[in-house]
Amino acid sequence: MSKKDKVFTVKIRRDYCKGCGLCIEFCKQDVLQASANMNSMGYHYAEPAQPESCIGCMICTMVCPDLAVEVYSE
Amino acid sequence: MKLENQWPKYYKKNVVTHYCPGCGHGIVHRIIAEVLEELDVGKRALLVCPAGCAVLAYHYLDIDVIESAHGRGTAIATGVSRANPDLFVISYQGDGDLSAIGTAETIHSANRGENITVIFINNAVYGMTGGQMAPTTLLDQGTTTSPLGRNAALDGYPLHITDVVAAFPGVAYAERVTVATPGGIKKTKKAITNAFQTQIEGLGYSIVEVLSPCPTNWKMTPLQACRWVVEEMSKEYKPGLLTDKREEKRKLKA
Ligand SMILES: Cc1ncc(C[n+]2csc(CCOP(=O)(O)OP(=O)(O)O)c2C)c(N)n1
Ligand code: SF4
Repeated sequence: MSKKDKVFTVKIRRDYCKGCGLCIEFCKQDVLQASANMNSMGYHYAEPAQPESCIGCMICTMVCPDLAVEVYSE
Repeated sequence: MKLENQWPKYYKKNVVTHYCPGCGHGIVHRIIAEVLEELDVGKRALLVCPAGCAVLAYHYLDIDVIESAHGRGTAIATGVSRANPDLFVISYQGDGDLSAIGTAETIHSANRGENITVIFINNAVYGMTGGQMAPTTLLDQGTTTSPLGRNAALDGYPLHITDVVAAFPGVAYAERVTVATPGGIKKTKKAITNAFQTQIEGLGYSIVEVLSPCPTNWKMTPLQACRWVVEEMSKEYKPGLLTDKREEKRKLKA
Protein backbone atom coordinates (compact mmCIF):
# COMPACT_ATOMS: atom_id res chain seq x y z
CA MET A 1 0.00 0.00 0.00
CA SER A 2 1.51 3.34 -0.97
CA LYS A 3 1.62 6.29 1.39
CA LYS A 4 -1.20 8.11 -0.36
CA ASP A 5 -3.66 5.22 0.13
CA LYS A 6 -3.10 5.32 3.88
CA VAL A 7 -5.00 7.33 6.46
CA PHE A 8 -2.89 8.90 9.19
CA THR A 9 -3.78 9.87 12.75
CA VAL A 10 -1.68 11.97 15.14
CA LYS A 11 -1.80 11.38 18.86
CA ILE A 12 0.00 13.30 21.58
CA ARG A 13 1.45 11.58 24.63
CA ARG A 14 -0.05 14.30 26.75
CA ASP A 15 2.16 13.96 29.81
CA TYR A 16 5.38 14.01 27.75
CA CYS A 17 4.56 17.30 26.01
CA LYS A 18 6.25 20.47 27.30
CA GLY A 19 4.19 22.76 25.11
CA CYS A 20 7.19 24.04 23.11
CA GLY A 21 4.90 24.39 20.10
CA LEU A 22 7.46 23.27 17.50
CA CYS A 23 5.16 20.54 16.09
CA ILE A 24 2.37 23.12 15.80
CA GLU A 25 4.65 25.58 13.98
CA PHE A 26 6.35 23.14 11.61
CA CYS A 27 3.23 21.15 10.56
CA LYS A 28 2.41 22.38 7.07
CA GLN A 29 -1.13 21.00 7.28
CA ASP A 30 -2.05 22.88 10.48
CA VAL A 31 -3.09 19.63 12.13
CA LEU A 32 -2.06 20.61 15.65
CA GLN A 33 -2.88 23.36 18.13
CA ALA A 34 -2.07 24.22 21.75
CA SER A 35 -4.67 22.87 24.11
CA ALA A 36 -6.58 25.24 26.40
CA ASN A 37 -5.98 22.62 29.12
CA MET A 38 -2.77 21.87 31.00
CA ASN A 39 -1.06 18.55 31.56
CA SER A 40 0.41 17.20 34.80
CA MET A 41 3.54 19.40 34.35
CA GLY A 42 1.44 22.52 33.83
CA TYR A 43 2.08 22.86 30.10
CA HIS A 44 -0.49 23.64 27.43
CA TYR A 45 0.14 20.42 25.52
CA ALA A 46 -0.31 20.09 21.76
CA GLU A 47 -3.47 18.43 20.52
CA PRO A 48 -4.80 17.55 17.06
CA ALA A 49 -7.18 20.26 15.82
CA GLN A 50 -7.77 18.82 12.34
CA PRO A 51 -6.63 15.19 12.56
CA GLU A 52 -8.12 14.41 9.13
CA SER A 53 -5.60 16.75 7.42
CA CYS A 54 -2.55 14.65 8.43
CA ILE A 55 -0.57 13.39 5.43
CA GLY A 56 1.92 11.30 7.43
CA CYS A 57 4.98 13.45 6.61
CA MET A 58 6.31 12.78 10.16
CA ILE A 59 7.71 16.31 10.58
CA CYS A 60 6.00 16.71 13.97
CA THR A 61 7.73 13.55 15.24
CA MET A 62 11.10 14.82 14.01
CA VAL A 63 10.95 18.28 15.59
CA CYS A 64 9.56 17.08 18.94
CA PRO A 65 12.39 17.10 21.50
CA ASP A 66 10.33 14.96 23.89
CA LEU A 67 9.05 11.94 21.91
CA ALA A 68 5.55 13.20 22.62
CA VAL A 69 4.05 12.71 19.15
CA GLU A 70 2.77 9.43 17.74
CA VAL A 71 1.68 9.01 14.13
CA TYR A 72 -0.53 6.03 13.32
CA SER A 73 -1.46 4.73 9.87
CA GLU A 74 -4.32 2.58 8.65
CA MET B 1 -3.63 0.96 13.33
CA LYS B 2 0.14 0.86 12.98
CA LEU B 3 2.42 3.18 14.93
CA GLU B 4 4.75 4.73 12.32
CA ASN B 5 7.34 6.05 14.79
CA GLN B 6 8.19 3.24 17.18
CA TRP B 7 9.78 4.20 20.50
CA PRO B 8 13.57 3.83 19.97
CA LYS B 9 14.98 0.68 21.53
CA TYR B 10 17.84 2.47 23.29
CA TYR B 11 15.72 5.31 24.70
CA LYS B 12 14.38 4.59 28.19
CA LYS B 13 10.64 4.20 28.52
CA ASN B 14 8.39 6.28 30.75
CA VAL B 15 10.84 9.13 31.20
CA VAL B 16 10.34 12.80 30.57
CA THR B 17 13.66 14.62 30.20
CA HIS B 18 14.64 17.52 32.45
CA TYR B 19 15.45 19.65 29.40
CA CYS B 20 13.64 22.95 28.90
CA PRO B 21 10.79 23.12 26.34
CA GLY B 22 12.25 23.35 22.82
CA CYS B 23 15.81 22.41 23.84
CA GLY B 24 17.88 20.74 21.10
CA HIS B 25 19.42 18.14 23.44
CA GLY B 26 16.23 16.05 23.36
CA ILE B 27 16.22 15.87 19.55
CA VAL B 28 19.86 14.80 19.45
CA HIS B 29 19.30 12.14 22.16
CA ARG B 30 16.48 10.66 20.13
CA ILE B 31 18.57 10.62 16.95
CA ILE B 32 21.45 8.90 18.77
CA ALA B 33 19.05 6.21 20.04
CA GLU B 34 17.59 5.71 16.57
CA VAL B 35 20.98 5.41 14.86
CA LEU B 36 22.34 3.03 17.53
CA GLU B 37 19.38 0.79 16.75
CA GLU B 38 19.64 1.11 12.96
CA LEU B 39 23.37 0.29 12.95
CA ASP B 40 22.90 -2.36 15.65
CA VAL B 41 25.67 -1.08 17.94
CA GLY B 42 23.58 -0.24 21.04
CA LYS B 43 24.60 -3.39 22.93
CA ARG B 44 28.29 -2.52 22.78
CA ALA B 45 27.86 1.26 23.08
CA LEU B 46 29.38 3.32 25.85
CA LEU B 47 28.37 6.93 26.28
CA VAL B 48 30.58 9.46 28.04
CA CYS B 49 28.32 12.14 29.55
CA PRO B 50 29.59 15.70 30.13
CA ALA B 51 29.21 18.32 32.80
CA GLY B 52 26.45 20.48 31.34
CA CYS B 53 22.75 20.10 30.74
CA ALA B 54 23.36 16.62 29.29
CA VAL B 55 24.90 15.45 32.56
CA LEU B 56 21.79 13.31 33.11
CA ALA B 57 21.78 11.73 29.62
CA TYR B 58 22.10 8.34 31.33
CA HIS B 59 18.55 8.74 32.58
CA TYR B 60 17.35 8.76 28.98
CA LEU B 61 19.65 6.65 26.83
CA ASP B 62 19.48 2.97 27.67
CA ILE B 63 23.17 2.15 27.14
CA ASP B 64 26.27 1.98 29.33
CA VAL B 65 27.56 5.30 30.56
CA ILE B 66 30.57 6.88 32.28
CA GLU B 67 30.22 10.35 33.74
CA SER B 68 33.11 12.62 32.89
CA ALA B 69 34.66 15.50 34.80
CA HIS B 70 34.00 18.79 33.02
CA GLY B 71 35.66 18.78 29.59
CA ARG B 72 37.49 15.47 29.97
CA GLY B 73 35.09 13.39 27.87
CA THR B 74 37.49 12.52 25.10
CA ALA B 75 40.23 11.56 27.58
CA ILE B 76 37.84 9.03 29.14
CA ALA B 77 36.66 7.94 25.70
CA THR B 78 40.30 7.39 24.69
CA GLY B 79 40.95 5.16 27.69
CA VAL B 80 37.78 3.14 27.15
CA SER B 81 38.34 2.66 23.45
CA ARG B 82 42.02 1.70 23.82
CA ALA B 83 41.40 -0.70 26.71
CA ASN B 84 38.42 -2.29 25.00
CA PRO B 85 38.44 -1.69 21.24
CA ASP B 86 35.23 -3.75 20.91
CA LEU B 87 33.21 -1.01 22.59
CA PHE B 88 31.48 1.66 20.54
CA VAL B 89 32.42 4.91 22.26
CA ILE B 90 30.55 8.22 22.09
CA SER B 91 31.57 11.40 23.89
CA TYR B 92 28.61 13.79 24.19
CA GLN B 93 29.71 17.34 25.04
CA GLY B 94 28.48 20.93 25.11
CA ASP B 95 30.43 23.91 23.80
CA GLY B 96 31.49 25.06 27.27
CA ASP B 97 32.68 21.54 28.02
CA LEU B 98 34.39 20.74 24.72
CA SER B 99 35.77 24.09 23.63
CA ALA B 100 36.62 25.84 26.91
CA ILE B 101 37.73 23.75 29.89
CA GLY B 102 38.19 20.65 27.69
CA THR B 103 40.13 22.23 24.83
CA ALA B 104 43.33 20.28 25.51
CA GLU B 105 41.53 16.91 25.60
CA THR B 106 39.55 17.81 22.48
CA ILE B 107 42.59 18.88 20.46
CA HIS B 108 44.85 16.00 21.45
CA SER B 109 42.28 13.19 21.13
CA ALA B 110 41.47 14.50 17.65
CA ASN B 111 45.13 14.83 16.78
CA ARG B 112 45.75 11.25 17.89
CA GLY B 113 42.89 10.16 15.66
CA GLU B 114 41.26 8.12 18.41
CA ASN B 115 38.59 5.76 17.10
CA ILE B 116 35.74 7.54 18.92
CA THR B 117 32.73 9.67 17.98
CA VAL B 118 32.15 13.10 19.48
CA ILE B 119 28.69 14.65 19.49
CA PHE B 120 29.27 18.34 20.08
CA ILE B 121 26.22 20.41 21.09
CA ASN B 122 26.92 24.05 20.30
CA ASN B 123 24.33 26.36 21.84
CA ALA B 124 26.66 29.38 22.10
CA VAL B 125 26.35 29.58 25.92
CA TYR B 126 27.01 27.67 29.14
CA GLY B 127 23.46 26.32 29.45
CA MET B 128 23.35 24.48 32.75
CA THR B 129 24.99 27.17 34.86
CA GLY B 130 22.76 30.01 33.68
CA GLY B 131 23.75 31.22 30.23
CA GLN B 132 27.28 32.58 30.67
CA MET B 133 29.44 33.48 27.68
CA ALA B 134 31.18 30.50 26.06
CA PRO B 135 34.07 30.55 23.57
CA THR B 136 31.40 29.93 20.91
CA THR B 137 29.23 32.95 21.86
CA LEU B 138 28.61 35.19 18.85
CA LEU B 139 29.97 38.75 18.66
CA ASP B 140 27.47 41.18 20.20
CA GLN B 141 25.49 38.31 21.72
CA GLY B 142 24.24 39.24 25.18
CA THR B 143 24.80 36.65 27.91
CA THR B 144 24.81 36.84 31.71
CA THR B 145 28.58 37.51 31.65
CA SER B 146 28.53 39.70 28.53
CA PRO B 147 25.42 41.76 29.18
CA LEU B 148 26.49 44.40 26.65
CA GLY B 149 27.26 41.76 24.04
CA ARG B 150 30.46 39.86 23.30
CA ASN B 151 33.18 42.34 22.50
CA ALA B 152 36.07 41.05 20.36
CA ALA B 153 38.60 43.41 21.94
CA LEU B 154 37.75 42.10 25.39
CA ASP B 155 36.58 38.53 24.82
CA GLY B 156 38.07 37.41 21.51
CA TYR B 157 36.18 35.94 18.60
CA PRO B 158 33.77 33.00 18.34
CA LEU B 159 35.89 29.83 18.39
CA HIS B 160 35.44 27.46 15.45
CA ILE B 161 36.86 24.44 17.16
CA THR B 162 35.36 21.86 14.80
CA ASP B 163 37.01 23.61 11.85
CA VAL B 164 40.29 23.45 13.75
CA VAL B 165 40.15 19.71 14.42
CA ALA B 166 38.77 18.96 10.94
CA ALA B 167 42.18 20.00 9.58
CA PHE B 168 43.96 17.25 11.56
CA PRO B 169 45.01 14.12 9.63
CA GLY B 170 43.56 11.87 12.36
CA VAL B 171 40.06 13.29 12.00
CA ALA B 172 38.27 11.07 9.49
CA TYR B 173 34.90 12.76 9.49
CA ALA B 174 33.59 16.14 10.69
CA GLU B 175 30.31 17.79 9.87
CA ARG B 176 28.32 20.74 11.22
CA VAL B 177 24.53 20.52 11.28
CA THR B 178 21.54 22.14 13.01
CA VAL B 179 18.42 20.79 14.71
CA ALA B 180 16.45 24.00 14.13
CA THR B 181 14.48 22.89 11.05
CA PRO B 182 13.03 19.57 9.86
CA GLY B 183 15.59 19.53 7.00
CA GLY B 184 18.42 20.20 9.45
CA ILE B 185 17.21 17.36 11.68
CA LYS B 186 17.29 14.94 8.71
CA LYS B 187 20.85 16.04 7.91
CA THR B 188 21.80 15.63 11.57
CA LYS B 189 20.64 12.03 11.48
CA LYS B 190 22.63 11.40 8.29
CA ALA B 191 25.75 13.02 9.76
CA ILE B 192 25.50 11.03 13.01
CA THR B 193 25.03 7.86 10.95
CA ASN B 194 28.18 8.66 8.93
CA ALA B 195 30.12 9.45 12.09
CA PHE B 196 29.06 6.20 13.77
CA GLN B 197 29.94 4.23 10.63
CA THR B 198 33.39 5.84 10.63
CA GLN B 199 34.00 4.38 14.08
CA ILE B 200 32.47 0.99 13.20
CA GLU B 201 34.88 0.75 10.25
CA GLY B 202 37.76 1.72 12.56
CA LEU B 203 38.73 4.75 10.48
CA GLY B 204 39.47 7.09 13.40
CA TYR B 205 37.98 10.20 14.97
CA SER B 206 34.57 11.49 13.94
CA ILE B 207 32.78 14.58 15.19
CA VAL B 208 29.36 16.10 14.54
CA GLU B 209 28.79 19.67 15.71
CA VAL B 210 25.10 20.38 16.23
CA LEU B 211 23.90 24.00 16.38
CA SER B 212 21.25 23.59 19.03
CA PRO B 213 18.60 25.97 20.44
CA CYS B 214 18.76 26.98 24.11
CA PRO B 215 15.53 29.03 24.34
CA THR B 216 15.80 29.54 28.11
CA ASN B 217 19.21 31.20 28.18
CA TRP B 218 18.70 33.01 24.91
CA LYS B 219 15.47 34.39 26.44
CA MET B 220 13.45 33.40 23.38
CA THR B 221 10.47 31.22 22.60
CA PRO B 222 11.38 27.81 21.12
CA LEU B 223 10.37 29.02 17.64
CA GLN B 224 12.39 32.26 17.95
CA ALA B 225 15.37 30.19 19.08
CA CYS B 226 15.10 27.98 15.98
CA ARG B 227 14.99 31.10 13.82
CA TRP B 228 18.02 32.53 15.59
CA VAL B 229 19.98 29.35 14.83
CA VAL B 230 19.08 29.67 11.15
CA GLU B 231 19.45 33.44 10.79
CA GLU B 232 22.34 34.29 13.15
CA MET B 233 24.25 31.25 14.38
CA SER B 234 24.43 29.56 10.98
CA LYS B 235 26.05 32.68 9.53
CA GLU B 236 28.97 32.42 11.94
CA TYR B 237 29.08 28.61 11.97
CA LYS B 238 28.19 27.47 8.45
CA PRO B 239 26.54 24.06 8.43
CA GLY B 240 28.09 21.52 6.08
CA LEU B 241 30.74 18.87 5.72
CA LEU B 242 34.05 20.00 7.23
CA THR B 243 36.16 16.99 6.31
CA ASP B 244 35.64 13.48 5.00
CA LYS B 245 38.86 11.45 4.82
CA ARG B 246 37.12 8.08 5.04
CA GLU B 247 38.05 6.90 1.56
CA GLU B 248 41.69 7.78 2.16
CA LYS B 249 41.64 5.96 5.51
CA ARG B 250 40.02 2.89 3.98
CA LYS B 251 42.84 2.70 1.42
CA LEU B 252 45.43 2.99 4.19
CA LYS B 253 43.76 0.14 6.08
CA ALA B 254 43.49 -2.14 3.03
C1 LIG C 1 35.62 21.57 36.95
C2 LIG C 1 34.26 22.19 36.85
N1 LIG C 1 34.14 23.52 36.65
C3 LIG C 1 32.92 24.09 36.52
C4 LIG C 1 31.80 23.32 36.58
C5 LIG C 1 30.44 24.00 36.45
N2 LIG C 1 29.78 23.73 35.19
C6 LIG C 1 28.86 22.77 35.09
S1 LIG C 1 28.17 22.69 33.57
C7 LIG C 1 29.09 24.01 33.03
C8 LIG C 1 28.94 24.58 31.65
C9 LIG C 1 28.29 23.69 30.67
O1 LIG C 1 28.07 24.34 29.47
P1 LIG C 1 28.06 23.58 28.08
O2 LIG C 1 29.20 22.62 28.01
O3 LIG C 1 27.99 24.59 26.99
O4 LIG C 1 26.76 22.67 28.10
P2 LIG C 1 25.21 23.04 28.10
O5 LIG C 1 24.82 23.09 29.55
O6 LIG C 1 25.06 24.36 27.40
O7 LIG C 1 24.55 21.93 27.38
C10 LIG C 1 29.91 24.48 34.05
C11 LIG C 1 30.83 25.62 33.91
C12 LIG C 1 31.95 21.93 36.78
N3 LIG C 1 30.89 21.10 36.80
N4 LIG C 1 33.18 21.39 36.90
S1 SF4 D 1 19.37 25.53 29.71
FE1 SF4 D 1 19.45 25.46 27.47
S2 SF4 D 1 20.72 23.65 26.96
FE2 SF4 D 1 20.05 23.47 29.10
S3 SF4 D 1 18.15 22.25 29.08
FE3 SF4 D 1 17.54 24.42 29.02
S4 SF4 D 1 17.36 24.91 26.83
FE4 SF4 D 1 18.54 23.00 27.00
